Amino acid sequence: MPQVSLTVNGKAFSVEVEARTLLVELLRDKLHFTGTHIGCDTSQCGACCVKVDGMSVKSCTFLAVQAEGAEVTTIEGLAAADGTLHPMQEMFREHHALQCGYCTPGMVMSAIDLVETHPDGLTETQIREGLDGNLCRCTGYHNIVKAVAAAWPLMHDKPAAIAAE
Amino acid sequence: MYDFTYAKPATLADAANALTSDVEAKALAGGMTFIPVLKQRLNKPSAVVDLHGLGLAYIKLDGQNLVIGAMTTHGAVNASADVQKSIPALAALAGQIGDRQVRYRGTLGGSLANNDPAACYPSAALALNATIKTDKRTIAADDFFQGMFTTALEPGELITEVHFPIPERACYMKFPNPASRYPMVGVFVAKFPTGVRVAVTGAGQNGVFRHTAFEAALTKSYTPDALNGITTDPETLNGDIHASAPYRAHLITVMAKRAVAAS
Repeated sequence: MPQVSLTVNGKAFSVEVEARTLLVELLRDKLHFTGTHIGCDTSQCGACCVKVDGMSVKSCTFLAVQAEGAEVTTIEGLAAADGTLHPMQEMFREHHALQCGYCTPGMVMSAIDLVETHPDGLTETQIREGLDGNLCRCTGYHNIVKAVAAAWPLMHDKPAAIAAE
Repeated sequence: MYDFTYAKPATLADAANALTSDVEAKALAGGMTFIPVLKQRLNKPSAVVDLHGLGLAYIKLDGQNLVIGAMTTHGAVNASADVQKSIPALAALAGQIGDRQVRYRGTLGGSLANNDPAACYPSAALALNATIKTDKRTIAADDFFQGMFTTALEPGELITEVHFPIPERACYMKFPNPASRYPMVGVFVAKFPTGVRVAVTGAGQNGVFRHTAFEAALTKSYTPDALNGITTDPETLNGDIHASAPYRAHLITVMAKRAVAAS
């Protein structure tokens, strides 16, 4: 079986996988990072979003062997060692941007990528379109959009006015 | 998914060899269609040959052509200053494919080689009169697309890069299915000094096609009104749960007019 060596949340792993193993299966079943969820398993819902070498990917549509040498970040890797939440997690909490919580890990991972790739500001429309690949069946999205807008100034250390539409 | 062996060759020659020495081997580009296909057990390759190690992700301007490597992602095309400057319609098209995660992975070459009848890129390649370079030869877009999920590529033949002639004006207008975001109808209009080319995706029974009646009218007068009264035969179009063939025929004219007005 192929061997894959990768870093997850700063820690190095080297494990044997079948070539057909999906990254999400490696993360959940072999490495026990069960914060990453499997929702639709058809690349639509985004519950399995993680970062691979800084890029947001749906880990149900990514072979584990393709992560050879990669740095992977999952929801478990966001908070500081002392438990301080990432600003996006904190704003999700602050704005009650979840109900059942199933989509939340993927939503947070995707939202962080969206904010990081928009250093000049994010309008509400851009947030809604930018989260196109993440489905939430509870919230109607309003509080998620609020949370992402509120996280933007915290992540960029700029005033909130820039993020407003 | 069925298991397979995995290889990530470092040279085009090794990749081609892996694919031609084993008829059951399949190439993996971005995998945004292929991995879901594997998961549904619709395909059972003996080997998966990953093309990410071949250095085929690049964008460059070459005289009157925009040259894009086959493994360049939709996200990279969308964000490229060179693409935005030379063919903004192509950058905009790339930014409308799938979602952000799909655009980070999906590739130009993968989309063209798959030739999904509802893919966006084939309409750009056809309307812009692109040239598709492979590891073996050069294929004109007019010869490349040969029907639904069918191209001129031979087994094991790999797209290396695509040359897009830079038009005077161009625009892609897509009427997306609200759930899947695939176009129910997408129309790419491109105006060159030699004439206008129009390609339609999402609608044709045989995949992407050129709309020669629109091309003739727009070459004469590049205005939305030039398309008044020109219809598309619904007999040649798809009808499904999302849109009937006559509705798609109607949408083709609407989207073409919008593309001309916006270009």
